[in-house]
Amino acid sequence: MSKFKSIGLRALPFIVSYVVVLALMNLGVINDYIFSIIVTICVNIILAASLNLVTGFTGQFSLGHAGFMAVGAYTCALICIYLGPVIGDVPAFLLGMLAGATAAALIGALVGLPTLRLRGDYLAIATLGMAEIIRVIMLNLPITNGAAGLSGIPQVVDWNWAFLFTALTLIVLWNYIRSSQGRRAIAVREDEIAAEAIGVNTTATKVQAFTIGAFFAGIGGGLYASYFFLIKPDQFGFLRSIDILVIVVLGGLGSLSGTVIAAILLAIVSMLLAQFSDIRMIIYSLVLVLIMIFRPGGLMGSKEITDTVFGKVFRRGRSDKTEEAAA
Amino acid sequence: MNLSRRTLLGASAAAAVAGALSACSAKPGGGGGGEAGGDTVKLGINYELSGGVATYGQASVVGIKMALDELNEAGGIDGKKVELKEYDNKSDAAEATTLANKLMAQDGVIACMGPATSGNFKATVPVANKNKIPVVSGSATADDVTVSGDKVEEYAFRICFNDSFQGTIMAKFAAENLSAKTAVIIKDNSNDYSKGLASAFTEEFPGEIVAEEAFVAGDTDFNTILTRIKGETFDVIYLPGYYSEAGLIIKQARDLGITAPVLGGDGFDSPKLLELGGAAALNDVYFTNHYSSIDEDPKVKEFIEAFKKKNNEEPNAFHALGYDLGKFVADAVSRASELTGEAVQKAMAETKGFVGVTGTFDMDENHNPVKSIVVIGLKDGVQDTSEKVG
Repeated sequence: MSKFKSIGLRALPFIVSYVVVLALMNLGVINDYIFSIIVTICVNIILAASLNLVTGFTGQFSLGHAGFMAVGAYTCALICIYLGPVIGDVPAFLLGMLAGATAAALIGALVGLPTLRLRGDYLAIATLGMAEIIRVIMLNLPITNGAAGLSGIPQVVDWNWAFLFTALTLIVLWNYIRSSQGRRAIAVREDEIAAEAIGVNTTATKVQAFTIGAFFAGIGGGLYASYFFLIKPDQFGFLRSIDILVIVVLGGLGSLSGTVIAAILLAIVSMLLAQFSDIRMIIYSLVLVLIMIFRPGGLMGSKEITDTVFGKVFRRGRSDKTEEAAA
Repeated sequence: MNLSRRTLLGASAAAAVAGALSACSAKPGGGGGGEAGGDTVKLGINYELSGGVATYGQASVVGIKMALDELNEAGGIDGKKVELKEYDNKSDAAEATTLANKLMAQDGVIACMGPATSGNFKATVPVANKNKIPVVSGSATADDVTVSGDKVEEYAFRICFNDSFQGTIMAKFAAENLSAKTAVIIKDNSNDYSKGLASAFTEEFPGEIVAEEAFVAGDTDFNTILTRIKGETFDVIYLPGYYSEAGLIIKQARDLGITAPVLGGDGFDSPKLLELGGAAALNDVYFTNHYSSIDEDPKVKEFIEAFKKKNNEEPNAFHALGYDLGKFVADAVSRASELTGEAVQKAMAETKGFVGVTGTFDMDENHNPVKSIVVIGLKDGVQDTSEKVG
């Protein structure tokens, strides 16, 4: 009984956000502009949540997330452009998302195997180099159309698709973190040597988390390509990786709900500042600095929203062991 | 300690809320003005005001504003003042799309100007087609920005020539005016603009291309490729690239004793070229451009004088193109049968004999202007000759 109740409670924010956005769209409150910001938020949530798995939960500092995003975006875009007219835009989009995410995961595993033996700064540099290699390949392959990039990608993504993929990412990651593999990942983060001593295969654990992170980064990239219908290599540079990392750190390393809150918050700040072009970056950076000074662990630290007062109200009388272990 | 922190946090939160509120309250006011009775004509500016190519965006906007300020002082368009909605797309294509949505769906503009670069401009074209509101760029020169496949993008226009035209004209200029029989090409491999110019040049040049070398944007030492071409015999070097690398390449080439004329495209047009290359190296350098500041045309002279008076600097091509862009959009709005995106689009497509600082042009069926190009020659780093071709 309480099990069903807890699933229901967790699904509640998803259902509410889906219905509210849908209703506001039908009422005309959400126009194309606000919707494009919502899609940006969805893409950022997917990217940051998947990076949080690698950096926040497994403790591996990666600066190459934009590279995986690029693989997903380009794969999905190419499939949409070339297969779309043959099999229809929506099937091509779904195939592209799957192929893009798989390709990103494969590259993630390939890169992860040698580099995850490195730690800290060294890993950051290695992943940074990997992302740059991917970007330069995109810049030079004939099929990716060089610096001009790919345009005319059929725009399939609407609110249903954006919501579906965001929710899917969060649910899969949430459950992964609470699975035995997820616990191993957290053990590696807390103390790699101790984890190894109690029998955790640390390399396998890290590579697994890295691959899953890359998979969802590919999903985020595919969604981005399909909604913004134009992609070029300079969108997947070093700064994109940093942007994603900022969301993760701001939300709290090791907090999925923090990532969601930070992604929404930053998009709103950036939206409100769009009209003050001269001082926009100063204020944006100032917001980041202030949050880091007053909440050094990020907005949520390593807590989830269910651990806070907000969650406790709903949690009375419920005995969820995994939840307590996480806290 | 704790208390002061809390006060600070409270104060900054209050400031943030106040800022957000003022931003919100500013919006309905601005929107209301337009809806009230249509006493203004709302135009959108979607430019790169920060980020990688901010210099182009900023210069374009200075030009646009100058044109529209002049217009407003003279009474506006049919008695209606022009109201500009200005946003910064951070040199990012996705942001450009988002802002195009904002300008069209939320602010209700009837035409958008910008972005300055081809990729970002292309990112706004589907939005324009969907909302039936034209987007016009003053400087998106890639060949395919106004057409997709064989079909013209209905709501996309530009008022500058395209890349391949620059390469073609320069090849002709090299063969006819400089009597070149052989040429070397040095291009930027990371850049489609550079590659496009190089391939158009190769196609048109009647002589022989004896060597083709490539660099990547951001390089600073070009001695390897310059030493390699020094061994070849050739009449001219074609160097389609941006001023940042071109300035250094020319300087290093002259230092190595390569004296052949250097030819380039509108990417040379920046005061930085002189800073990087030095006056001594910048002789026998020719580049294609949208306009020349030493042009004797009275319209150009008048513009330069007015511009200097207002901004205390010499206008570059982006200023001039921005100025023409503002005038072009205003001209189309004044000819439109009503103040809707569709009517303005129709007026733009029908443009005939528009007289601008960067040349007089008609709009062709692919929404490209049919205009002449200027070949500028440098002597000791300053513009010495200018010739209209094409």
